[in-house]
Amino acid sequence: MSTQIRPAPVRKSIFVNAPQDHAFEVFTSGIGRWWPKTHKLGPADLDRPIIEPREGGRWYELDVDGSECEIGKVAVWEPPLRLVLIWQLTPEFTYDPDLITEVEVLFTPEGDGTRVDLEHRDLERMGEKADAMRETVSGPGGWPALLELFAQEATN
Amino acid sequence: MVANAHRIISAFADPTRRAVFERLRDGPRSVGEIAKGLPVTRPAVSQHLKVLKDAGAVGDRSEGTRRIYYIDPKGLGAMRAWLDQFWESALDAFALAVEAEAERRPKKEKE
Repeated sequence: MSTQIRPAPVRKSIFVNAPQDHAFEVFTSGIGRWWPKTHKLGPADLDRPIIEPREGGRWYELDVDGSECEIGKVAVWEPPLRLVLIWQLTPEFTYDPDLITEVEVLFTPEGDGTRVDLEHRDLERMGEKADAMRETVSGPGGWPALLELFAQEATN
Repeated sequence: MVANAHRIISAFADPTRRAVFERLRDGPRSVGEIAKGLPVTRPAVSQHLKVLKDAGAVGDRSEGTRRIYYIDPKGLGAMRAWLDQFWESALDAFALAVEAEAERRPKKEKE
């Protein structure tokens, strides 16, 4: 028996007080309004990430100096219901064209608002790059929070 | 906490140990299977596995007389935990953005 070890997908749900189409719109064309400015790829300051509104579209970061850095792609574009993005960033927050992980986002009307369910899956593909963990935690501009989180995981 | 983080850093600092770890990519293996094709002895492989296990990167279990090693999903937990935290805060910010806009919109429509 050789069962592959698969980390569980990251699943998050949140309820927003807004109609479904609006939630979808803010998630996609309005991504620059909520994406953390600290999570960027290029050396210049982040202007905003851009999700091209179509299947096969690019998902990239636009920096204030006009430079662009790939984040991934749009795999499924079904407004206002469903969005699947391909996340191609390593744990070190660098683009890797060979790394394919999926982020599926579902927008479901609920009462007066919308429930947003996000699933980031295929994380074992990041695990295959596990030796990058060393750089992740020790590299310059690494993630101090990651250290803490890892320590928590490790002590659990 | 810091001690654990240091342990994983040093566990992966050694190239042979990384090679040992990578042998487990395709699934659980015994020490003998891991040692095959590596230019180190079985006791050396066992020693590397012990360090990886102490660091939380691999786990082991008994199968008959053999000890089987596998990549510990909790070892991958560093990456998973980071993403978990990332999406948590990103979605919170997203909800704020949605609701800020939703409040502004009806006002505009009334004008």
